[in-house]
Amino acid sequence: MQQNIETTEKPELVIETRNLNIFYNDFRAVSNVNMSVKRHRITAIIGPSGCGKTTLLRSFNRMNELVPGSHAEGEVIFDGQNLYDPMVDPVEVRYRIGMVFQKANPFPKSIYENIAWSARIHGYRGRMDGLVESCLRQAALWDEVKDKLNQSGLALSGGQQQRLCIARALAVQPEVILMDEPASALDPIATLKIEELMQELKKNYTIVIVTHNMQQAARVSDYTAMMMLSDAQRAGTVIEYNETNIIFTRPQDKRTEDYVTGRFG
Amino acid sequence: MGLITKSFAPWRNPQILSVSCPLVVQMSTGICCVSASLVIARVVRLQVEKTWNLWDSLSKSGEINTEVARDYPDAELRFTSWLNSDFINRPQTSEPVTAGIRTAIYGSLWTILFTVLVAFPIGVGAAIYLEEYATDTWINRLIQTNINNLAGVPSIVYGILGLAIFVRALEPLTSGQIFGIVDPTTANGRTVLSAGLTLGILVLPLIIINAQEAIRAVPVSLRRASYGIGATKWQTTWSHVLPNSIPGILTGTILAISRAIGETAPLVVVGASTAISFDPASPFSKFTTLPIQIYQWTSRPQDEFRALAAAAILVLLMLLLTLNAAAILLRNRYSGRF
Repeated sequence: MQQNIETTEKPELVIETRNLNIFYNDFRAVSNVNMSVKRHRITAIIGPSGCGKTTLLRSFNRMNELVPGSHAEGEVIFDGQNLYDPMVDPVEVRYRIGMVFQKANPFPKSIYENIAWSARIHGYRGRMDGLVESCLRQAALWDEVKDKLNQSGLALSGGQQQRLCIARALAVQPEVILMDEPASALDPIATLKIEELMQELKKNYTIVIVTHNMQQAARVSDYTAMMMLSDAQRAGTVIEYNETNIIFTRPQDKRTEDYVTGRFG
Repeated sequence: MGLITKSFAPWRNPQILSVSCPLVVQMSTGICCVSASLVIARVVRLQVEKTWNLWDSLSKSGEINTEVARDYPDAELRFTSWLNSDFINRPQTSEPVTAGIRTAIYGSLWTILFTVLVAFPIGVGAAIYLEEYATDTWINRLIQTNINNLAGVPSIVYGILGLAIFVRALEPLTSGQIFGIVDPTTANGRTVLSAGLTLGILVLPLIIINAQEAIRAVPVSLRRASYGIGATKWQTTWSHVLPNSIPGILTGTILAISRAIGETAPLVVVGASTAISFDPASPFSKFTTLPIQIYQWTSRPQDEFRALAAAAILVLLMLLLTLNAAAILLRNRYSGRF
């Protein structure tokens, strides 16, 4: 039954949401989400456009707050602590829960500096060369860029830029990496590389990925949350959350079934 | 004996043919006591008798030669350009032939130095605050509106403000009194420092608005990338927003400076001296600037001074065009990086 999960022991919860509601000013974008993210697993969030997937993902490391007028109600428990507690520093949250964006956004600096800067701002004082190499190796980019570390990160191809962004996220050694459609702008080969990379990364990190691509969710993830606009409130909510193979083979909800079998969406 | 000067200049401004007559003056020095020994010398000084502009000099040279031969038999006709290296290197004098704009150039540079020292850090700091830190409250909106309005306030109003605040209220500071500096040439607070501060306030809104535009042009994805790895607001601003907006900020600053260099009205009110022949030596010196010098020369009745003013205008124009060209080069060099 758990074909995507290597170990049979019950995985530990890393992030858990409790009645999470997210608003943009008065508009409720996401309503009443109760889901969890398990350690060293890949959790996918799928659903049609505009149903709040990215909003939900960003709420996991408080990136939503950068949008003026947005606020959250409810709790996001990470490591036993509510992230939305007034005592919690959002900078600290983002340090422990990293993020990779839909459009690759390396800093307009050298490849080396992209990673070194990330480590440096968090007080890394060790051997920088070793860290840069290790991050690039983990992101499966080392062999392609080892001879041009001083070139601008923007000179790389789209897929390489996205892997550089992943390497940059790894430099601060987060516990969780949030990925917002990391492969949506990439061709199938670059996409495959990112997907392979995610399988490697989940040995050491917990990954949450938002994707439009149901095949991708089915290929890479262990758990899947299906989001949809609830008819009553016009706000996105998680209608079904389960192991990926159950979502794609025996969904409980009729709407999930319609969506994953391609009857709409 | 006579001296006729004829000059040529490569621009279309007043040109002269000048005629000078010998003049005898008496100079006495060393009057020490009643039974003084007297040194008397006959000094021959050149004097411009008449000038013609470039067009007349070229088209009517025959008539001019005839006129000079008839009316000024002792004089020399000389075709000369007012704008030459001597003009730029000499201090101002009351004689057109020996007058220069060195004091005015130094005055302008000193003033601009203080303008930049005041306006650049405050302006960029304000822009960073308004763009990156300020929340959307009524007081911040009020500040923003005021900055936009202040950019359009007539400069003479800033001059009056400068007179009231820097020259009068802060006189001990602007005259250097509280630093123990007593410059005998300085009258009150009408110093380089007052002028620089006044122009600094004048260009502050321009610098803020331009810096805000530059900061706003930094893509939001870059900020997200930085926040996404747990950078603080200041780390993001210092390492990403500022380095990527600095070309735009510098462009705006250069344009603001070129505006300040050309300002006349506020400096007249603040009390720029119109005729000084020494270079400013400290922030607490009296000063004149290029536009003030031009303004003063144009108001003189003699033709020669108007020709001098035209030459000084050319110098000022070249300075401004150079600055604007630098701004355009900076912008082109760094535009389209994203």
